[in-house]
Amino acid sequence: MVGVVSMKYKIKYLIMVISLILIILGIYRGEVAEVLQKAINICLECIGID
Amino acid sequence: MISFKRRIVQTFSTIIANGYFEGFAKGTIYRGKLKSFCFPGLNCYSCPGAYASCPIGALQSVAAGFKFQISVYVIGFLMLIGNIWGRLICGWICPFGFFQELLYKIPSRKLKMPKILSKLKYFFLVLFVLLMPVLLTNEVGIGLPYFCKYVCPAGTLEAGIPLAIRNTALRSTIGIMYYWKLMLLAMTIVFSILISRPFCRAVCPLGAIYSFFNSVSFYRMNVDETKCTRCNICNKNCPVDIKVYENANSPECVRCGNCVNRCPTKAIKSGFITEEKGRLSYEKTMDTGCGADNCR
Repeated sequence: MVGVVSMKYKIKYLIMVISLILIILGIYRGEVAEVLQKAINICLECIGID
Repeated sequence: MISFKRRIVQTFSTIIANGYFEGFAKGTIYRGKLKSFCFPGLNCYSCPGAYASCPIGALQSVAAGFKFQISVYVIGFLMLIGNIWGRLICGWICPFGFFQELLYKIPSRKLKMPKILSKLKYFFLVLFVLLMPVLLTNEVGIGLPYFCKYVCPAGTLEAGIPLAIRNTALRSTIGIMYYWKLMLLAMTIVFSILISRPFCRAVCPLGAIYSFFNSVSFYRMNVDETKCTRCNICNKNCPVDIKVYENANSPECVRCGNCVNRCPTKAIKSGFITEEKGRLSYEKTMDTGCGADNCR
């Protein structure tokens, strides 16, 4: 039981590190501008106009 | 007490996420830099009041473009949020979850959702959100946000209806897709009156993503088996029909806290793990001798 909990505990931190790396990588790749570019225009598909 | 707190948080979260009131008045949307960030819940970025991006919309629209096949920025964000809170976001922050909860308050005959339908949301996630925007593209390599286009009723409620009311140019272009989405929204409303959170449980790809993290998130549910009498009051009051004392951190749990409130022996708690052995913060002093996952 302690081993399983300890493993889960390690997984949490591993996921946190991976997620931060992905966010930083995304910022580095210029994805923030891409997200912004899409979001500041009305998404016609989202509202059902095509 | 938790349920009152939750209502306050849900109300504020909905208002803050959609607080650009000028957009509602003018029939336009917010175009500032805050839209670079994702809101953790399902909240359409074409809602006139939305200050931030919908993560599911952003995930699809980035993948549908020709620059990137997948958005690691959005995936990293969802992993981070899921890792900290799991599906607490669904139960406390998501405006569309809040909307469904309010509808379920309408007095009517209530129905149980067949458990198998809870697997459907993974189908929507994989097919409509991850694969179709990348694979079904036009000749220049641009795809579409297929989940938003064909499935999502949140876009119709939060963006389609308010924009069609206030924006004459958009209203004049309404076609069959608009009526299809209106029908989906109407179905969602009817089902939400009869069944607790049907969209969250059967359709929502964001809930599907967060569900992967429920078993390993920092925030978690805990049942102290030394106190639990298996009276089933928790299960009867669970809005997503999980067996709390068997799997408190089930992928379906939205961490609403109903079970914590209703437990007559106070055996159920929720909180952040702070110790290496997996104890919750309050257990440091109580020392019930119980771990984070039902002592199993």
